[in-house]
Amino acid sequence: MVSVRESPGGLGLTGDQLMDMLYKMMLARAIGQRVRMLNRMGKVPFAVTGEGQEAAQVGTAYALAPGKDWVVPYYRDIGVVLVIGQTPRDLLLEALARGESVSSGGRNMPSHFSDPKLRIVSGAAVVATQIVHAVGTAFASKLRGLDEVSMVWFGDGATSEGDCHEAMNFAGIHGLPVVFVCEHNQYAISVPWTKQMAVENVSVRAQGYGFPGVTVDGNDVLAVYGSAREAVDRARRGEGPTFIEAKTYRLVPHTSDDDDRRYRSREEVEKWAKKDPIIRFQAYLQEHGLLDAKERDDLAMKVAEEVDAATEYAENAPLPDPESALKHVFAEEKGR
Amino acid sequence: MAEKNMVEAVRDAMSEEMERDPRVIVLGEDVANGGVFRATQGLLDEFGPDRCIDTPLAESAIVGVAIGASLNGVIPIAEIQFADFIHPAMDQIVSEAARLRYRSNGGWGCPITIRAPYGAGIHGGPYHSQSVEAIYGHVPGLKVVCVATPYDAKGLLKSAIRDPDPVLFLEHKRAYRLHRWDVPDEDYTIPIGEAEVKRDGKDISLITYGMMLHHALKAAETVEAEDGISAEVIDLRTISPLDKETILKSVEKTGKALVVYEDNLTGGFGAEVAAIIAQEAFDFLDGPVTRVASPDVPIAPYAGVLEEYVLPNPAKIASAIRDLAAY
Repeated sequence: MVSVRESPGGLGLTGDQLMDMLYKMMLARAIGQRVRMLNRMGKVPFAVTGEGQEAAQVGTAYALAPGKDWVVPYYRDIGVVLVIGQTPRDLLLEALARGESVSSGGRNMPSHFSDPKLRIVSGAAVVATQIVHAVGTAFASKLRGLDEVSMVWFGDGATSEGDCHEAMNFAGIHGLPVVFVCEHNQYAISVPWTKQMAVENVSVRAQGYGFPGVTVDGNDVLAVYGSAREAVDRARRGEGPTFIEAKTYRLVPHTSDDDDRRYRSREEVEKWAKKDPIIRFQAYLQEHGLLDAKERDDLAMKVAEEVDAATEYAENAPLPDPESALKHVFAEEKGR
Repeated sequence: MAEKNMVEAVRDAMSEEMERDPRVIVLGEDVANGGVFRATQGLLDEFGPDRCIDTPLAESAIVGVAIGASLNGVIPIAEIQFADFIHPAMDQIVSEAARLRYRSNGGWGCPITIRAPYGAGIHGGPYHSQSVEAIYGHVPGLKVVCVATPYDAKGLLKSAIRDPDPVLFLEHKRAYRLHRWDVPDEDYTIPIGEAEVKRDGKDISLITYGMMLHHALKAAETVEAEDGISAEVIDLRTISPLDKETILKSVEKTGKALVVYEDNLTGGFGAEVAAIIAQEAFDFLDGPVTRVASPDVPIAPYAGVLEEYVLPNPAKIASAIRDLAAY
């Protein structure tokens, strides 16, 4: 598709990788939109997605070694799990709560990703609890002498939780190979960041735990990737954790049950829509001769077709067996 | 065979399991220094700082880090210094450890053991005396063990460490140094989920666990000697999963059930036991299912006279046995 061997800016990415990043961002966007649409059609009871945050997700996950490194996402991270190896089919099966969904077989809400083979750790809806788990996987990697890195994602809202503090403190003490990624989308549902923290950049907190914190334009996928690359390399060299604050914006309501018109102006949303990370990356690639209009449209078509095919497959897949609701409480399945 | 107290039995179980399986680690507050009850005494010297790990004072991190490590090939024993301090970790235990297998449709398991000394009777006041078993016994996906003898502690802790699911292992702190009883030196396990008849009897069934086991045994001796009442004493040992069969078999034999627990009366775990007996052994009952427990005040006041007034003891239990036997 493109012939250059390295991206402009010296990040070490090939042209194919750049196109793949764009593809994953567009795919994440399209899946989020599809799940919301299925919700409005009455086919999915609940949707929580991350349109607008694709650069922060894809840019960070792209620095990991899929299947080797530990991935601890939160409930907007469609872009993350696509980079690691989940497919549109996996995500639509999960959204439609089908029995064969690898994430939970219809037990967890949509976007609560899990995939043991890909080392994507199952998450709860309680924010910040997963940050501690990533510190635990990283702690085990260190104890076992393995050169794995753990990466954990969370929103700005999670930075207020005690678990965030406990996790970062523990990681700092032991110099663990973990990367904390805050997708700072500026709202904890309706509460703006100014009512969540008294600092301009929450990354400054890293200093209090004894490791570096960086703030990056979360809508610039290459800037995000650059920070993540550096953080992952540091972690893998045994130099400890990094906190990455990716400043971004959620272009959609918190969930399908939220009406964001009650807490933010349409002008504000419009302003951020102009900084859409996908449009921005497409423009960058076009400027550098890596993408033309036809290639862009072809990619959009491919994404649409894949999401359509995944939707069709998932809609036709069987629902979970109702009696399976009693399974997997314990390993031996004796129940209580 | 050697005589050991319960805290030594707990220590031996951990040491032997760490020796047997290099994946087992211990983490918690002050554990490298041996722990406030000395349950981890010597583990640092035996196994080094990578396997006996002091943590910051952060209970949610102790459990949460254990959860994460358990996903990555480590078998953690997390110590919560007192069960009274477990509440900051409740979210990690209830929302995470206990639910991980279920919510991932069997994809992930969480083989962690959380040890915590619990219970009153040591002048611990309201923050070193609590019984937390009913709160956690309510949670599907979590096993809850309550031990009060050296032999049971060693055998059940080994089972907990080897269990593929999360186990909350509650050690009654009043029983830590109460007895020196025979404990085999060799490896043995006691299955989680099995109660034990600790004293045979025919007139009345006492169903209990924890420190109340010892009080119930004393009360049973008293009523046997003074009143000729033959009381059977069942030690549940595991709260969840509960051994209903042993309870029902005993009640079907005696026709009378006295449930004895140290926790507050209302909503205590004994309430569940009473409900099971009422529903499943109704045809055999020859008297009301009766509970002896602490009144609904925060367990337990510090002053000796207050603590004694609140907690069940052999005399209170003996009195309840006499009343129920005469019914």
